[in-house]
Amino acid sequence: MLRRHTIAALSSAAVILAAVAACAPADETSPSATASASASANPCPPGGLPTRIPGKLTIGTDTPAYPPWFVDNKPDNGKGFESAVAYNVAERLGYPAANVTWTKVPFNNAIAPGPKSYDLDINQFSITDERKQAVDFSSPYYLVRQTVITTKGSKADGATTIAGLKNAKLGAQVGTTSLQAINELIKPAPKAQVFNSNDDAKTALQNGTVDGLVVDLPTAFYMTGAELDDGVIVGQLPQVGVPEQFGIVLDKNSPLTDCVSDAVDQLRQDGTLAVLEKTWLAGTNGAPELQ
Amino acid sequence: MSDGLPAPSDIQRGRIAYRRRRAIRSVLLAAASTAMLGTVLVLAVTGSPGWDRVRRSFFDPQIARESFPAVLEGLWLNIRMLVACAVLALALGLLIAVLRTLSGPVFFPVRAMATVYTYAFRGVPLIIVIYLFAFGIPGLRLRGTPGVLVLGGAALVVTYGAYLAEVFRAGIESVHPSQLAAARSLGLTYRQTMRHVVLPQAVRRVAPPLLNDTVALQKDVGLVSLAGPIDAVRAAQIATAENFNYTPYIVAAVLFVLLALPLIAVTDWVTLRAARRQNAGL
Repeated sequence: MLRRHTIAALSSAAVILAAVAACAPADETSPSATASASASANPCPPGGLPTRIPGKLTIGTDTPAYPPWFVDNKPDNGKGFESAVAYNVAERLGYPAANVTWTKVPFNNAIAPGPKSYDLDINQFSITDERKQAVDFSSPYYLVRQTVITTKGSKADGATTIAGLKNAKLGAQVGTTSLQAINELIKPAPKAQVFNSNDDAKTALQNGTVDGLVVDLPTAFYMTGAELDDGVIVGQLPQVGVPEQFGIVLDKNSPLTDCVSDAVDQLRQDGTLAVLEKTWLAGTNGAPELQ
Repeated sequence: MSDGLPAPSDIQRGRIAYRRRRAIRSVLLAAASTAMLGTVLVLAVTGSPGWDRVRRSFFDPQIARESFPAVLEGLWLNIRMLVACAVLALALGLLIAVLRTLSGPVFFPVRAMATVYTYAFRGVPLIIVIYLFAFGIPGLRLRGTPGVLVLGGAALVVTYGAYLAEVFRAGIESVHPSQLAAARSLGLTYRQTMRHVVLPQAVRRVAPPLLNDTVALQKDVGLVSLAGPIDAVRAAQIATAENFNYTPYIVAAVLFVLLALPLIAVTDWVTLRAARRQNAGL
């Protein structure tokens, strides 16, 4: 899944750069005027932000919306990690659930130049410098964790602790945080097996030449859900290395960016994000925490 | 010098002095020209605007020291693979070459199979053979499938066996037909002729290209890392990704050259000896 995002980002980067350079002045005038008007009072009046439809908050995501980020392909049911985060952010901004509307925005379109059909978009966007030149990002609402996956009945299946993986032959893609996680956190007795790509690693797992793989959490859900026939998630590992960060996407220079970032920061500080992570990513059907 | 022999004439002394002057002059010229070329190269490389950056990202002594143990550990895998694969590939190559040179209509299917084998496996890229062996065969989920190292090694043996078979065949066919005729007329069987007359000459003639292929094999054994095991280049790649610095690759390259040196020296020595022996009668 991440790979798809990366390719999308790369391919659109050049287009975006050119387009942003061309229409930046036009984009900048109106939001800054609105922003300065309200700046004298509270910069983020609850429920009174300069949204597309006043009084309503329009949130975009792609369809189909996959678990564990959304549940049943219904972003508006408040279930799934990103849906829950979105509703919590909206509430902080003064928009109760009734004033939140969802819109379908294909992944690539969300970060493409041009007018936006959303106020904010939540769709597992990793924050990168290239993308920052095209769109605004809120503070990160999720730091990607490394996750152990395997197939039913393998040696790693059923492990509930890191120590339970000590004798498993684990694989990872070369040059990734996943490989670092094997060598620094799990330190298994058989040497880590290293592959050129996650596809090679996946084949080795299916063949049984490795007992398990370490991939990042979004990839883990995608592989076990869509790619492997009897793939299971063993669990997620503690944070290691420099993690990828997911942020909420807003229009470039959107007047809402600071308000959304503040809301995300508050959610992180008061522990809401941790609770949501536990509920939706580590809970039932999720990736349990390995200690 | 003076015992019995007349002293060299003036003209001869002149010749000797002249030759010595020429020799000294050519040594000096060679030294000057080498020094000049060396200076130009060093200045061109170190004086280029990006040299500092290149030196930092390719020749960082600190990172070289840090990555050395991992790369060396990977190299041990290369060495073990090389020894096993070289022996097996040479044996397989020799067998195929003998089968391909069998004469007589009865052996047509054997010859055909040997020919198809050498055509196919010289044509298929090694990487694809390794993928087929190390990812394809375990996928069959047969009981008792060997590990990926053995399967990857088998891919190497099969591919290099095809090259070596052709080298051996060239050697066998280079032995003059009169040798065969002489051996048969002495009452040797076909097998005895091959064993005592043809193969000794054939192998001696193709020893240099055989060793040459072994040097090439030494660099290719590392490709089994595709299937998961960590060889020297893979270890360097991992260290490179950790540090965002290419020095570990240079470390691996130096180790590979050091590993190749003895083999290359042996190749040169064998070639020289073969040439000397072949001209011994002259």
